[in-house]
Amino acid sequence: MAIDVLIAEDEPSILEALDFILRRAGWTIGSVTDGEAVVEAVRRLQPRMLLLDVMLPKRSGFEVLKQIRMSEGLKDLPVLVLTAKGQAQDRRIADELKADAFVTKPYANAEVISAVRQLLGEQVGER
Amino acid sequence: MLSADLVIATAIAYVGLLFLIAYVGDRRTRNRPGGLLRSPLVYTLSISVYCTSWTFYGAVGSAARDGLEYLAIYLGPTIVFVGWWFILRRLVRISHEQRITSVADLLSSRFGKSSRLAVLVTVIAVIAIAPYIALQLKAVTSSIQAIAGTSEMARGRLAGIDEVGLAFGVAAGMALFTILFGTRNVDAKEQHHGVVAAIAFEAVVKLTAFIAVGLFVLYAGGGFEPIFATAEARGIDTYSSDTFGTRWVAMNLLSFAAIICLPRQFQITVVENSDENHLRAASWAFPLYMLAMSLFTLPIALYGLTAMPAGANPDMFVLTLPLSAGQDWLALFAFIGGFSSATSMIIVESIALSIMVSNHIVMPMVLRLAADARSGNGRGVSRLLLNSRRFSIVLILGLGFTYFFMTRDSDALAPIGLISFAGVAQFLPAILAALFWREASIKAATAAVAVGFVVWAWSSFMPSFQSSSATVAAIMAEGPWSISWLRPEALFGLEGLDPLVHAVFWSLFLNCATLAIVSLLTNRSALERLQANLFVNVFGRPGGSGQSFIRGSATANDLFFVAQRVLGDERAVALFSAEASDTGRLWTDIEPSPAFIGRLERELAGSIGAASAHVMLSKVVSGDAISLEEVMQMADETQQAIEYSQRLEKTSAELRSTAEQLEIANRQLRDLDQAKDDFLSQVSHEVRTPMTAIRAFSEILLDTGELKGAEREKFISTIHKESLRLTTLLDEILDLSALERGERGWENQPVDAEAALDQAVQVCDALARQRGMEVRFASRAEAATVAADPDRLGQVLINLISNAIKYNSAEAPEVTVSSRVENGEYCIEVSDNGPGIAKADYSKIFEKFYRGRQAGPDQSGAGLGLAISRQIVARMNGTLELVDGTKRGACFRVTLPLLRETVV
Repeated sequence: MAIDVLIAEDEPSILEALDFILRRAGWTIGSVTDGEAVVEAVRRLQPRMLLLDVMLPKRSGFEVLKQIRMSEGLKDLPVLVLTAKGQAQDRRIADELKADAFVTKPYANAEVISAVRQLLGEQVGER
Repeated sequence: MLSADLVIATAIAYVGLLFLIAYVGDRRTRNRPGGLLRSPLVYTLSISVYCTSWTFYGAVGSAARDGLEYLAIYLGPTIVFVGWWFILRRLVRISHEQRITSVADLLSSRFGKSSRLAVLVTVIAVIAIAPYIALQLKAVTSSIQAIAGTSEMARGRLAGIDEVGLAFGVAAGMALFTILFGTRNVDAKEQHHGVVAAIAFEAVVKLTAFIAVGLFVLYAGGGFEPIFATAEARGIDTYSSDTFGTRWVAMNLLSFAAIICLPRQFQITVVENSDENHLRAASWAFPLYMLAMSLFTLPIALYGLTAMPAGANPDMFVLTLPLSAGQDWLALFAFIGGFSSATSMIIVESIALSIMVSNHIVMPMVLRLAADARSGNGRGVSRLLLNSRRFSIVLILGLGFTYFFMTRDSDALAPIGLISFAGVAQFLPAILAALFWREASIKAATAAVAVGFVVWAWSSFMPSFQSSSATVAAIMAEGPWSISWLRPEALFGLEGLDPLVHAVFWSLFLNCATLAIVSLLTNRSALERLQANLFVNVFGRPGGSGQSFIRGSATANDLFFVAQRVLGDERAVALFSAEASDTGRLWTDIEPSPAFIGRLERELAGSIGAASAHVMLSKVVSGDAISLEEVMQMADETQQAIEYSQRLEKTSAELRSTAEQLEIANRQLRDLDQAKDDFLSQVSHEVRTPMTAIRAFSEILLDTGELKGAEREKFISTIHKESLRLTTLLDEILDLSALERGERGWENQPVDAEAALDQAVQVCDALARQRGMEVRFASRAEAATVAADPDRLGQVLINLISNAIKYNSAEAPEVTVSSRVENGEYCIEVSDNGPGIAKADYSKIFEKFYRGRQAGPDQSGAGLGLAISRQIVARMNGTLELVDGTKRGACFRVTLPLLRETVV
């Protein structure tokens, strides 16, 4: 059972909001709330893309991303990185770790939707 | 009555003994350096050459005539020796370093090695000492006459010889004796250990003799008191009120000057000194010797005045008192004592003067007349030197005899001695300036000494011929050409003063004034500046072998000067020593070869650069007199540059350390800056998180009008909750920031801590029940009052308890609170059975924004709670720490000092 987007976010409110807007956009959603659970969930849920928060408990988003990029079969997974720090350094690290997109909190919902759509390779109005 | 023959035979035998002592002394010091002859004792005894027959005989006479006045003669030297640290120490050190041989040499060396000044000083010394020599001749003559009596029978071989003839005989004998004694060889350092040994022996003899006479007088007079009482009964005024007037001050000044300036004192104290530390012993031993020597002066004088017939010469009381009591052998012993005083003075004085005369007058003249003599061998020069000294000795004693002859009508011994003292005192200002005043110049010193000498000669020396010369008597009365203000004893209209005071005042006043004024008006040459530095800074220079080597070829000297100034003593000496051993020549005979000059130039270039080195050396080598001065100037400037660069080096070292400190401060600032960035970054993150939720839900609500009521409610309440979280966060940040700045928004007051704890547990009860758990109390303190703010203490406790509830993920979660009083402190522990805190996180747990990795899902706090709590407790003078609890979970402990009343 594959899903469209796996969300890795520890803040319950933000997770709820993301879940709401992505579902509303028509995608199927899975979620985890800490860094250690991400890779396992990716293997299990086979998402088409990953929406990854950087500040995750237990293992940071960047560590997770690094692991994914090094894992056979996972390294091509599109990853959208979400960060609340929003500094240039976070963006640079994300680029180095080959994140596919980068969104800074607080974001506009439309911004997230459009980034997800782009990573999923869908055109506006396709669904 | 003793026969003259016996007296003379005894004197000759005594001289023979002295000669033997000198001979043995010379042998012994040559074979074994050190030992008794170089001990402080012998040194001190030899210094007592100061006590001449003037002291031996004359002090008694002086005491008989003028009471305690004679003490002044001892007081000046006492001051100089007790204060040896200031003047004598410098003189000895300088003289050792510069190989100084006499007062003339000292002044000449200090003032740019001026030969003119040396000649002037020598001439003055010879003239000024003549009365002093005459005094000794007179004393010896009088003593022989006194002891041998006047009867033709007793005179024996002296029959038909009058006083003058006797004096001439004594002078001739003394000259012969001194020549035999002092001019047997030429010593480079002008030290005469044998002579010093003999002088020390004589010091013992004269002291013993004088004390023997003193004891005899005490015995004969029945003790001190009867002698004084009898004298008083006879109307002899010992303590005349004007004793301590201006004359007394002048005599003190003169004796102060004499102990430094007298050629024989300089010879013994400075030149013959073999160890600077001997001065230390002499500083108390010599004054002690003088005290012993003066102890019996007054009793002898008083007893003489009462026991001897009126008209007896008081100067001869030492001899005539024992004689009149029939103590012939004591009288003979006293005669030997007085003879000792006279001979030791004459020997040392004429040796010292002959060195001055031959070194500064005869030798330069001979060398100038026979320029070729220079190429002659060393033996020739040595013999020439000895001969010139022998000639000088004859000349000096001859002058002394002449003075004696011309003033033979005067009776008293003391005034003659004071004339000499006043004469040599003219060296004192120049000597003191040499030691202490850098600005003193050669012109000033020469002029000052000359002016002082002329005034002295006019007002003190010349008047002593009053009795033998009608011209002098006329000048004394009328002034030259009847110019009354030039009268020798009333110069410039200053009348009514004691002649001695008058002469001392004008000569020393004009001497000092000339020295000061001319020094300020004239410039010093390079060599003078150099020597002034060596003298004034004698204790300030390291090593300081000075330029004792600089004697001989002018060019080598000049080169050495330059090398020494630029390279420093050590390297210059090393360079010249190497050259000397290479060429097999003496140090001083180095003939600077082109190769040597080249080597020197390279060495100099290393210090001052090649161009300057070349200019310097070519100027020296070309031998231009003016250029030498320029070179010295350059060398001085180089020296200054070197000193400056050393200072710079020191300064740069200081700068380095300052830079290091700055570096440390910078690093701390950078760390602080980093901490601030981290903090802002954290704050940014903590603010953005609730903002994100608020924005996301707001947009959802804005976008979609058709949301169901319940969902809409939920979203709005989330927005509200996140807004509150944001507010709390900002409040906490401000609170923490204020606490960290050290502010305390409250006054500590007595608080019932147990009540506060109860209240906090109550507040958290709802949260605990929500989690299906309970806050349990373990043991409690009975009552405790602490200094705190009740709300803030509650805040801390609620933070700790709610953390324990929130982060407890155990299956059967449990929070335990306990309190106790211990060692005057109140202690609360909050522990849980949750996952606990990893050891690695113990230190981080109180940091801002830190959250345990195993934090549960409810993380409504910003991670500032513990940081704030710790700050609050610190402001209550307590501690908040994480301790190893009894259970597996975390255990936080708050410790607060108890207020005193509850400790009881």
